[in-house]
Amino acid sequence: MDINLALNMYEMMVKIRAFEEEVMRSSEAKLFHGTTHLYIGQEAVATGVCAHLSDEDYITSTHRSHGHAIAKGLDVDKVMAEIFGKRGGSCKGKGGSMHIADSKRGHLGSNGVVAANIPIAVGAALTLKLEEKSNVVVCFFGDGAINEGAFHEAMNLAAIWSLPIIFVCENNGYGMSTKISDVTNLEQLKEVAKSYNMTSYAVDGNDLEAVYVLSDQVISEVREGSGPVFIESRTYRYAGHSRSDQQVYRSKDEVIAWKDRDPIALFEEKLQGLGVSQIDLLKIRSKVKENVDQALVFAMNSEEPSLEELKTDLYAERVD
Amino acid sequence: MKKRKLTYREAIRECLFEQLNKDKKVILLGEDIGLYGGAHRVTEGLLEQFGSKRIYDTPISELGFVGMAVGAAMTGLRPIVDIQFSDFLTLPMDQIVNQAAKVHYMYGGQLSVPLVIRTPSGAGTGAASQHSQSLEAWFAHVPGLKVVQPSNAYDAKGLLHEAVEDENPVIFFEHKLLYNQASHVPNTYYKIPFGQANVLQEGDDVTVVATGVMVSRVLEAAKELSSYISVEVIDPRTLVPLDMATIIKSVEKTGKLIVVHEAVERYGIGAEIVSQVVERAFDALTCAPLRLAGEAVPIPNNKELERFAIPQVGAIVEAIKSIHTI
Repeated sequence: MDINLALNMYEMMVKIRAFEEEVMRSSEAKLFHGTTHLYIGQEAVATGVCAHLSDEDYITSTHRSHGHAIAKGLDVDKVMAEIFGKRGGSCKGKGGSMHIADSKRGHLGSNGVVAANIPIAVGAALTLKLEEKSNVVVCFFGDGAINEGAFHEAMNLAAIWSLPIIFVCENNGYGMSTKISDVTNLEQLKEVAKSYNMTSYAVDGNDLEAVYVLSDQVISEVREGSGPVFIESRTYRYAGHSRSDQQVYRSKDEVIAWKDRDPIALFEEKLQGLGVSQIDLLKIRSKVKENVDQALVFAMNSEEPSLEELKTDLYAERVD
Repeated sequence: MKKRKLTYREAIRECLFEQLNKDKKVILLGEDIGLYGGAHRVTEGLLEQFGSKRIYDTPISELGFVGMAVGAAMTGLRPIVDIQFSDFLTLPMDQIVNQAAKVHYMYGGQLSVPLVIRTPSGAGTGAASQHSQSLEAWFAHVPGLKVVQPSNAYDAKGLLHEAVEDENPVIFFEHKLLYNQASHVPNTYYKIPFGQANVLQEGDDVTVVATGVMVSRVLEAAKELSSYISVEVIDPRTLVPLDMATIIKSVEKTGKLIVVHEAVERYGIGAEIVSQVVERAFDALTCAPLRLAGEAVPIPNNKELERFAIPQVGAIVEAIKSIHTI
């Protein structure tokens, strides 16, 4: 792997981690209104996949959305301000943590309804196919989404029309508190794609290089017209489902075991093997911390929307 | 020159043809809309003329393909979705209510959903409980949607052109009993703006607001009473946006209001229209307004029970007579 690329991806992962840790602190300090779903532990997935995307490629995302947004190139200032409900946020403070989008970055929105983003992503892929573009759509969703009808209908539609979309299932083991093994008889989630005669892969979602390499191959094939592909990316979330989660459904040992395979620590080992020094890594982490501190300041200083904005953006105006 | 007549079905088809012809971004999605020509034969011939890259015969996956249409609309296409019976709108409800209606607002105005969902509603075909409902009020309740209900062929074409060119999700309620009704329809492109009620008949004694298939029934009732009651008949044409100004102006003249619709009366659009008139023009009313609408029952299969579940001309005549004598 090219060293500059590797360092860029490392920076992305630690940026997402630092951002989420700041969101957690700000949430505990009640600096903003509303819940959040943190991406800590899953950083390698969004980072390794989005490294292959341009602003002309689309993503759709879930309630656990911050990592996808940052990896897709959204400005951390705007994402933080959106979580804070401020006018300077990516959606002017109306969307919040679960509804982050940026049309200029090809981010078609994160979504508060499990699996609802999947048919939407397939529709975006139809647009790309009709316009004969070589761009792709990446649709992120969790293991919980595979039991929704919307998922199955969308998978089938993408398959029958051979659309340029990559379904990235982030299997973090739990749909809120429910173990995925309790709610599916599949041995591996990637097997679900067989029903649609769709190519599928499983990857270690904590191994950034593995995610990067597989995504490279898959996204290139989809750009060239292979039709849709399903990737199961096995990973783990360290934080609870949301702010209110007491985490009674999993053991501390399980969390510790996964933390031993932390995606950032694993990639640091690889970088050191490539000759990157501790000091270089520290410099990156310091730079990222500054970015996130700055995002917090930006969010806190950003204006509140005016009360008149309650009724703006309800209907779109025609632009002739 | 004799004015050209088209059926409601043909008028909608002509609009679809004109839109497909003029804008490459317009696509059609729905079950059996290709070779079969649609469950109600509205899309007949369009696949042959425009091909399978514009006309998509979908699997029976309303949630999936309505969601796709939302995503396609967000990325620059202008999808027109066909839902075979409006009862089946329950299946893609999440995509309509939580997604299409909210995308523009919750993403701060960056993205929009120029989507039309065409669907026939209404009873009278003996199809019973799951193919006969009128659910338009549900959608009128959701901020972010527009709701259209054409009552004749001319309006159907003009309103559909407006709907396709709107930047927002529009639920377009056709009526199964109207598909064969013919009226004058120009063979040129024209649009009818949303939020402009149609005063079909002017009158001085009673204002009757009616929607969908009820419009023609009210006109028939008004004709029957024309020797001694002068009825003003108003069709709002669009429920969202709703042209209250035309209704209030009429009530200020007549002092008497009846709202007639096929959908279930309770919590329906009659309640909304009557409330707005009471709030904004109470002094103009000379008696309590009246609603005449569907009974709160599933539509039964038996022909007489089905007729009894929704307003018929006789009941409309009686309602107008009763309010006139107060």
